[in-house]
Amino acid sequence: MFGIEGTGDVSGFGGLVRPHPEVVGTPKPYGSYFDEITDALEDAYPGFADALEKVVVDRDELTLHIVPEKIAEVAQIMRDDEGLRFELCSSVSGVDYLNTDARRLHVVYQLTSMTYRRKVRLEVAVPLGGNVPTVTHVYPTADWQEREAYDMFGMIFVGHPNLTRVLMPDDWEGHPQLKDYPLGGVPVEYKGAEIPPPDQRRVYQ
Amino acid sequence: MTSSGYATERETTEGRVFTVTGGDWDTVTGSIDPLSNEKIVVNMGPQHPSTHGVLRLVLELEGETVTEARAVVGYLHTGIEKNLEYRNWTQGTTFVTRADYLAPLFNEAGYVLGVEKLLGITDQITERAQTIRVLFMELNRISSHLVWLATAGMEIGAISMMLYGFREREYILDIFEETTGLRMNHAYFRPGGVAQDIPDSAIKKIRDFLVYMPKKLKEYEDLLSGQIIWQQRTQGVAVLDVTGCLALGVTGPVLRSAGLAWDLRKTMPYCGYENYEFDVPTATTADVWGRYQVRMAEMRESLKIVEQALDRLKPGPIFVADKKIAWPAQLAVGVDGLGNSLEHVAKIMGQSMESLIHHFKLVTEGFRVPPGQVYIGIEHPRGELGVHVVSDGGTHPYRVHMRDPSFVNLQSIPAMAEGALIADVIAGGASLDPVMGGCDR
Repeated sequence: MFGIEGTGDVSGFGGLVRPHPEVVGTPKPYGSYFDEITDALEDAYPGFADALEKVVVDRDELTLHIVPEKIAEVAQIMRDDEGLRFELCSSVSGVDYLNTDARRLHVVYQLTSMTYRRKVRLEVAVPLGGNVPTVTHVYPTADWQEREAYDMFGMIFVGHPNLTRVLMPDDWEGHPQLKDYPLGGVPVEYKGAEIPPPDQRRVYQ
Repeated sequence: MTSSGYATERETTEGRVFTVTGGDWDTVTGSIDPLSNEKIVVNMGPQHPSTHGVLRLVLELEGETVTEARAVVGYLHTGIEKNLEYRNWTQGTTFVTRADYLAPLFNEAGYVLGVEKLLGITDQITERAQTIRVLFMELNRISSHLVWLATAGMEIGAISMMLYGFREREYILDIFEETTGLRMNHAYFRPGGVAQDIPDSAIKKIRDFLVYMPKKLKEYEDLLSGQIIWQQRTQGVAVLDVTGCLALGVTGPVLRSAGLAWDLRKTMPYCGYENYEFDVPTATTADVWGRYQVRMAEMRESLKIVEQALDRLKPGPIFVADKKIAWPAQLAVGVDGLGNSLEHVAKIMGQSMESLIHHFKLVTEGFRVPPGQVYIGIEHPRGELGVHVVSDGGTHPYRVHMRDPSFVNLQSIPAMAEGALIADVIAGGASLDPVMGGCDR
């Protein structure tokens, strides 16, 4: 616990070197129902070629990497097109790919089609503090989930009706889920006494 | 400017604002003209007996009618997702289980299914482990619904329901304790299987429970369904139709009470749910009454699944055969609680140096998970629990996000409450069954 430097990782495995594999696109055909989804989207959306960065099929899940500026348009088509019908936006979450991707913040949208019983994942990548158009006008359920992603990672959802913190206190500084935000990076206060964060504690060496 | 010790007043662009924290209402309102100055902002929670946990509601009232409602969450944020990233994959179950503390086994199930999918061992999970998971999830669903019935009953005014609901829940918690060692926060489902086999004594308890519970469910319905106060507090209250539910992402009993039979156990089966016979109960009223009916029926369906799972339970291994993943422990209940059985410790220590090293590496460092990301959706008592698991190839999760149904469902509070009476905010909020531990994580 004492003498920790850097991230304040107290697990004892801070010295492990993690591999940073690159995400590669999958060539056609994608298999399963995935071809039908991409074909339907291509037919319904004129700007398909410009909006799609790559398609990844991994572990029976389809991920469409979308150009950030186009995500709201794509979401609209995904919801409304007869052949797609992704009525439910199950989840919106962020991932910080520090040191792996120059556009380190990814926003991941999990869409569910109740009509066809299908799932698809949309993913966009932006740099730190980057802008992503909101999808709240397409999926109102994304409201709090985008607020959570902003709260934890700090990407800006442009056009969001009320982009404020939702889980952390309003006056919090920093975005705690970022990979370079240390665990236990703030002093712990308990009944008036204060315990400093691990990286600022006295060191016995 | 202070008119009394309790109420301060100040002028704003919207008129004169009084801040009231206590005291006698007549003294506070004595100097106000009730016809033109009736708007009241009530800050309900986060410490309030009927907000179902540390939920804060900011309500704007005209008389008793709610004109605007805003839910404020985050008071129970404990950084579970961040902490996970600093522990190995197996230790992750001890974190996720603490999120939604009324449905711990579902959190674990969503997480371990995600890890197993990343590892590519979904097909290798043994029949017995699979059946135990289904059995325990359904018992947990009943216990969660019982707490819902108990707390919703209390919030609407049926105090005795609270006592009965918690009493029967204890029975299920006893079964859990007998098997996992803990009443809550079990960390029982592990990537690759379950931590411990079910003892025969617990099986007998579950059999007894299957006889005992239907009578109790009947008793609850006798107590509540015909009760005129219960009917008037629930029927036509907090209506949210299918369109509203889908737009706001509301799933689970609330969606089914609006008439859409969307249950992930049926529509996108996992853990072998396609092999069990059960119905998906629905209602068409889309109100609190409908949600009550759906949850009561769901408890009966869960009992059916528990019975089928018990019949399927054949002796066999409870962990995957792969020694690089299977947790190298054989737990036993000792005088100081659940721990490694002494015979097993003797075996590891005495067998060979290699087995000791293997044991040590697997327990302290953990196994590596190939890089990638998966999303698992399972049917939680409150709706779709989604777990997004990302691995970078290391021994720790790179990122785990839990799409908790309480968090998403709470967004529908304004849609349910605005335009209704303040008493119905309580009934509507209770009918969502939010658990703030899951909501705030």
